[in-house]
Amino acid sequence: MYQSITNYKGGRYFWVATILSLASALAYYMHQPINSANGGTWLGYTLGTIGALLIVWLMLLGVRKRSYSSNMGTVQGWTSAHVYLGTALLLIATLHCGLQFGSNIHTLAYVLMVIVILSGFFGIYTYIRYPNLMTSNRSGETLDGLLEQIQKIDDRCIKDAKGANLSELIESAVLGCSIGGSWWQQLRSSDTSTMQLPGGPKGKSVENKNQERIITVLAERLSQTQNSTESGLIQSLLANFAAKQTLLSRIRRDVQIRGLLKVWLYFHVPLSFGLLAALSVHIIVVFYYW
Amino acid sequence: MEKFEIAVVGSGPGGMSAAAHAAELGVSHILLEASPKHSNTIQKYQKGKHVMDTPNRLPLRSPLEFKAGTREYILDKWVDGLTETNTNIRYRAEVKSIEGKKGDFLVTLVNGDQLKAEHIILGIGVQGNPRKLPCPGADFEHVQYQLDDPDEYQGERIAIVGAGDAAIENAVGLAANNTVHIINRRDEFARAKQGNLDLIMSHISDGLIECHYESNPARIEENPDDESRYIFNLSTPTGEKPVPIDRVIARLGAIPQRGLVESFGIEFPNDSPSALPELSNQYESNVPGMYIIGALGGYPLIKQAMNQGYEVVEYIRGNDIEPADHPLLVEAFEGLPYDNTVAEILVYLQNVSPLYEDINPLAFREFILDSSVRLVPEGETLCVQGEFTDTFFVVADGNAYVKLPGVGEFHFNKGGFFGEQSLISGRRRTATVYAGKNCVVIETPRRTMVKLQNSVDSVKRTLDGAFMLRAIHSKFTPNTAHAELSEVIDNSELRLYDAGEDIYRQGDEGDEVHLIRLGSVTTIKESNSREIITSYMPVGHYFGETGALGEGKRTDTARANVRTETICLSKESFLTLLEKEQTMQSEVQEHMRDRLTVEARMEAQPKGGELMSFLMSEGLGEGTDVLLIDEALCVGCDNCEKACAESHDGNSRLNREAGESFADLHVPIACRHCEHPHCMKDCPPDAIHRASDGEVYIDQEACIGCGNCVRNCPYGVISLQKNPAPKPNLLNWLLTGKGPGPGGKEYSGDSDVKKAVKCDACKDLKGGPACVRACPTGAAKRFNPKEFVELVSQRFG
Repeated sequence: MYQSITNYKGGRYFWVATILSLASALAYYMHQPINSANGGTWLGYTLGTIGALLIVWLMLLGVRKRSYSSNMGTVQGWTSAHVYLGTALLLIATLHCGLQFGSNIHTLAYVLMVIVILSGFFGIYTYIRYPNLMTSNRSGETLDGLLEQIQKIDDRCIKDAKGANLSELIESAVLGCSIGGSWWQQLRSSDTSTMQLPGGPKGKSVENKNQERIITVLAERLSQTQNSTESGLIQSLLANFAAKQTLLSRIRRDVQIRGLLKVWLYFHVPLSFGLLAALSVHIIVVFYYW
Repeated sequence: MEKFEIAVVGSGPGGMSAAAHAAELGVSHILLEASPKHSNTIQKYQKGKHVMDTPNRLPLRSPLEFKAGTREYILDKWVDGLTETNTNIRYRAEVKSIEGKKGDFLVTLVNGDQLKAEHIILGIGVQGNPRKLPCPGADFEHVQYQLDDPDEYQGERIAIVGAGDAAIENAVGLAANNTVHIINRRDEFARAKQGNLDLIMSHISDGLIECHYESNPARIEENPDDESRYIFNLSTPTGEKPVPIDRVIARLGAIPQRGLVESFGIEFPNDSPSALPELSNQYESNVPGMYIIGALGGYPLIKQAMNQGYEVVEYIRGNDIEPADHPLLVEAFEGLPYDNTVAEILVYLQNVSPLYEDINPLAFREFILDSSVRLVPEGETLCVQGEFTDTFFVVADGNAYVKLPGVGEFHFNKGGFFGEQSLISGRRRTATVYAGKNCVVIETPRRTMVKLQNSVDSVKRTLDGAFMLRAIHSKFTPNTAHAELSEVIDNSELRLYDAGEDIYRQGDEGDEVHLIRLGSVTTIKESNSREIITSYMPVGHYFGETGALGEGKRTDTARANVRTETICLSKESFLTLLEKEQTMQSEVQEHMRDRLTVEARMEAQPKGGELMSFLMSEGLGEGTDVLLIDEALCVGCDNCEKACAESHDGNSRLNREAGESFADLHVPIACRHCEHPHCMKDCPPDAIHRASDGEVYIDQEACIGCGNCVRNCPYGVISLQKNPAPKPNLLNWLLTGKGPGPGGKEYSGDSDVKKAVKCDACKDLKGGPACVRACPTGAAKRFNPKEFVELVSQRFG
């Protein structure tokens, strides 16, 4: 009932792409050009035309995806075809150029195409691997729900801190806690949280990665305190920060996975526009100057 | 003692209109209102709410103005009208009793005042008066029973009395800017919805609201040292506790009107909570001289009530004017082959079928206005097999027929009716019906029929009888004459089960066979003290035949998923049916064999049974078209939500991320298109319908934004939304960056009208639901619960 894009309709587009690739390879093998194989032979032109049309069609997925009331197949079918025909393009374009490379616009188009396709491969990898990981990491919660829980823990900590005379310390840890950051930090799920040590110089903060520093400081406090109310409050603070620690690592992992599922598109899409430009120049140049 | 020609009780739209018209005519009158303001129900609408003036076609007949607009605008216009007409209105005048008879009624108010009136008009609605605080001080100025706008109050100490949803919503709304105490006489919040319960508990644990459990209001005293306005004394298990307070808001629910109305001598037709008193053509109740208008008379819309107010005064004055809806009926009867007056046609139609016998003429008039009466050309289809339409038909003249393969035509003659299967079961049409010669039909929408069944017992009885006969006939003995089944029908009965109730349990003695006519049932195998769901059966399926054909012992448990009704056949009846048609025996055997195979397979996959239980616990058992997301495929791109918004005026009707998951299957917040949609239950303009393919949708033109459906939907899939501004096309947006892009939205701000929006399964899109077609990875799919067994066995098989 559910089908992934790779086995959509029993791998219909896998077979289309395979037949196309085999036919191209066979033609290339049979073809005996006068000079070496190149884009200027009848086969070269044929493969080039197929490749160029494929590139234009592959890019139209972006339009189809946003044509929400379109009746032209389903987006899933388009994506499945996009994946397999995009892969076939690698072979078709390579056969088209007959492995003739140089430092020119033609090879630039080829290189851009290869990068686009490889980034697409990474995309498929993430689409297959990460959804399951994301689900199990969130275990039924939403990202907003997890952030709300953090908010509640923070409110409770600030309240407890008042009773235990630790307001400054706890507030600095709460305010210094950071989630997200630059795209690189998101992808690496790095933690740049900070806090201020009690008695330390004003405005000078220390690292509080994974909330470990604050937990250490609180544990130390707990071992020193004699007052039973204070001890109770510090224990509750400790428990809350421990809970926050787990939540934070789940949030960071979620942010990281969401990033991985998206980041490749930031290469895949702009570079495909670059490819389209280079391809246009390649075609014009070939027809006017060759 | 003061004496009036007319005393109007209740200053809602109907009551005000009546009193204002009396004032206009110079008739001596008084308008009695229990609260300090007129139109209590409408005053309670939220600030700035847009009030609609449906039905559009109905002309307004009242000295007071009423056009669609904000709540404030409408209330202002009414105040102006009351002043202009010099209407005699008395506030804080709650009626305690009415005694006497036409021409000499004695009205006693709660405060002891008495007055006399020749005629009484009751326009007291169905909401009831708010329950007053049962303690001294309940009448102080800052003790109130409603809250319009929490933002009006800042920095006050406020006590909320009550533990229901209204109390919680008020407390939470006020907590942001005030010190809030909530007074709960129990030790928990048992009556609240889950969402509100979570909200109040988190506010209490976060110290934002102080809760006084097991506390009852003892008295409110003015505070002499002036630090706070009052001292609210609470009686608690540990003694009296004073709480300094500036304002008290009591949300203790309402006292139902029925008891009061009955004490005036007015009779109700039955015990159903939705029953309304019966009225004459001129809105007069069984007590002569006592008239009922508005919601209590069965007219819940403002304009209808205002018209009635006008008309009832005319009737009392002896002017037999045509009701305001007369032109609508003239229009409705156009094209019918009758050359009579509206009144005559109404009488003729009512005599057409015994089904209508016990309806009172006023209710029948409303019934016909809701229905469509028409002459249908011969051969045209009235309803089509397999469609999800749910109207009910009565043949008023000529005939209609179904074609039965191998048998010929079956005719419905004058007075015959059909459509009861769809009406009761909420499932697809079971047959196609064609119009015969000179066919005039009365086609009635489902809601009107449901209302009729609830108010007239004989209608329900007749429909149930017909339903049983036709359901048993088509299921077990399609080739036997109806007459031969009368004994079986007499020995069968309808059984009603609540959601989650066991119809029978594994190991029980039992040999009855059940045919489901409403709801759905799951069968469960118990082994090693674990329960495994082995099958799901919707309406039209039968179960229990293993007991009837075997040793009379149940081999599994049958449980109702939702409120379920079955036709229960005894073993003898079932065997009699099988004897009548030989082919049925082998069919039943085959059916049993198939089911046992599926059950054995499910039993072998306990995980599958758990998934099935999860789907049922999410309420999907009552759905017909359910969106499920495979979390192993979903990449979280939200293209489904964007597609939904883009194909529906910019508001998405689905929330992908919210909702529960189990075994990688996620149930997003999206409409399930229930068999008996909860949202349809209480829609004043009847704006929620079911399309022929089963999609439940809201007619945006008709919706008045009252929010009843939002509250009635147990799955939270309906919301009130403004219409966003129109979008630029894709190219325009790409080039200029102006306006919202794909998936985004902006509000233009020139309209505050909010209307209810929900999934309509993209009934107007050729390719089907946009969410499914826009999913790039195939994670979003829609299912009919019948496919669950297959889905489950595929995932675990």
